[in-house]
Amino acid sequence: MSKLLLAASASALLAGGAIAQETTDAAGEVKIGIILGFTGPLESITPNMAAGAEMAIAEVNAAGTLLGGGQTVTPLRADSTCVDSAAATAAAEGLVGQGIAAIVGADCSGVTGAILTNVAVPNGIGMISPSATSPGLSTTEDNDLFFRTSPSDARQGEILANVLQERGVTDVAVTYTNNDYGKGLADAFQTAFAAVGGTVSITVPHEDGKADYSAEVASLAASGSDVLLVAGYTDQGGRGIIQNALDTGAFETFVLPDGMVGQDIVDNLGEGLATSFGTMPGTDSPGTTAFQELAAAQNLDGTSVYAPESYDAAALVMLAMQAAGSTNGADWAAKVMDLANAPGEQILPGELGKALDMIAAGTDIDYVGATAVELIGEGESAGNFRELEFKDGQIETIRYR
Amino acid sequence: MDLLNALVAFLNFVFIPAAAYGAQLALGALGATLIYGILRFSNFAHGETMAFGTAVTILLTFGLQAMGLTFGPLPTALLALPMGIALTSLLVLGTDRVVYRFYREARAAPVILVVVSMGVMFIMSALTRFLVGVEDIQFTDGARFVINARDFREWSGLEEGLALRTTQLITLVVAGLAVAALFWFLNRTRTGKSMRAFSDNEDLALLSGINPNRVVAVTWIIVAALATTAGVLYGLDKSFKAFTYFQLLLPIFAAAVVGGLGNPLGAIAGGFVIAFSEVVVTYAWKQVVAYALPGEWVPASLLQLMSTEYKFAVSFAILILVLLFKPTGLFKGQSV
Repeated sequence: MSKLLLAASASALLAGGAIAQETTDAAGEVKIGIILGFTGPLESITPNMAAGAEMAIAEVNAAGTLLGGGQTVTPLRADSTCVDSAAATAAAEGLVGQGIAAIVGADCSGVTGAILTNVAVPNGIGMISPSATSPGLSTTEDNDLFFRTSPSDARQGEILANVLQERGVTDVAVTYTNNDYGKGLADAFQTAFAAVGGTVSITVPHEDGKADYSAEVASLAASGSDVLLVAGYTDQGGRGIIQNALDTGAFETFVLPDGMVGQDIVDNLGEGLATSFGTMPGTDSPGTTAFQELAAAQNLDGTSVYAPESYDAAALVMLAMQAAGSTNGADWAAKVMDLANAPGEQILPGELGKALDMIAAGTDIDYVGATAVELIGEGESAGNFRELEFKDGQIETIRYR
Repeated sequence: MDLLNALVAFLNFVFIPAAAYGAQLALGALGATLIYGILRFSNFAHGETMAFGTAVTILLTFGLQAMGLTFGPLPTALLALPMGIALTSLLVLGTDRVVYRFYREARAAPVILVVVSMGVMFIMSALTRFLVGVEDIQFTDGARFVINARDFREWSGLEEGLALRTTQLITLVVAGLAVAALFWFLNRTRTGKSMRAFSDNEDLALLSGINPNRVVAVTWIIVAALATTAGVLYGLDKSFKAFTYFQLLLPIFAAAVVGGLGNPLGAIAGGFVIAFSEVVVTYAWKQVVAYALPGEWVPASLLQLMSTEYKFAVSFAILILVLLFKPTGLFKGQSV
């Protein structure tokens, strides 16, 4: 039922996009598809992510020097739904029909894999995801067209295990949102935690957007652990589980990975999180502050989850096109790793115009961006993490890892 | 062996949450079942009607709070509820006038109305998102707990805590009042009786001079009241997010069908059956058993019949069993 509805709404969106196409198709235009879950479980954070990507695009347009000048970049948004692979594939195909040269997205790991396999690879379109973190995507066949500015969860699993170990927690209950992200992170954590000598007493998946989480909390409580790791989303089942666990007195200390960190959850739960801690991607690089200032100037919350990664994803796409002198997927994708990694002149947010000029002049650059981008392995972020605490209704960074 | 602790753990993790959830489902199912019984179609827009009613009530609540009005220890939303119901009634009456009446007068088959209601669902869900957005909204104020887990532990000296949220208590009380009022209305008033007559046999009712437009209008108003109340209670107890209300549709219809479509009493029973089965079957009973049995008898496993991801499977298994062996539902409703 829900799949049918999502598919229907996605095709409605596509119909809207097709009408828009006729009026905007002009020479000298580079189209970049922004495929994020504007409806569905992530609908509350995706607008900020898209705005982040569009900030980078606006910056490049303002500079006006892309591909020798005279080219404007047009962002085209489409809905990945986060949960429905068929709808996401259809949305991506719609964008391909409109002639996009690159994809920024998708957001959730499952739909990202679907778009990569069904649309990006067959059409030879390069794709940079700001937020898909499933370890499975590292090994997906991608013809070197796929990158991500977010780290794989395998890395976050290790970080979480280390944080817990250092805090003297040896036994923990785990609940995860039942999708590629949650399952991948929970598995990665379990392996890493076992390796440092910890025990996971119970693992309970939960579905997002459901009515009631009493049953899940009841099972978690029965495990006898004192600490609960919640691999979910702030405005979804994850928050429902924590709220319920606090209310029934089942747990008082929670471990919150990236999907669970957001000002909204701290505002909502307040004192309930006093003894909790968590991790999220983040660095103390100057790029973060630069991005936040840029974002604040446009009324965007620069600390919003994955908004900086989205900016970086879009920026990398356009810089790579400049370096390749082409909008062809295989051409520009081949340049991404060079641009993202040292050596070279460091580029921070707000300096995209400068970067375009330097690339045109043949200077080697190292795109640092908002999240200190450093791509490793198959083209995924090496991962800088912040360890957080939530005392007094504030998200406080304890240290960087 | 400690029976008191076992009892408290059972109440805290199974009974109280399931009862509150059951009451919310029951109110939702009552609305769906009334539409099925009187207007003769499954209203897919019911979840979105709940969302819209809640959204309006939230905006009114924020208005009241801005004016400095609160309801003491009770949530302010209860003050805003009547106004929210009125606005939701206007919406559903308008929808009926613009959309459903056309199909009713054309005597369209129920399945066509179902598809029409899906269209209405999309429009309503967009409307709700325009009104309050897609974010998670907390609008509960007043005292959070009647019984707080930590205080209870200190007071009783037991190991297990018992928590009873204000919203859970309000849910049960308001649901009880709403159901009592509905049954009084259906069984004792002239309009209520004409609605039941209309439901039993439309042609006979028309022959005996019952005004169908009036019956339809009253039905929609009652449905709006039930849906808004259910939605607000649910939102108070958990939180408001437009997306969740769409997902509520499944358990609500499961409850209505299990109880017997078109039968109000069945809808209530169905709501509790679904809620309790979801929690009881997937609960890890180890904690309770560990208190109830002497140490050496306690098994090492979690004593969980089914893992929690199957909780929807539980409702649907019950649904299938009921449809196989008692197609009209637990209480005699219309067969589907």
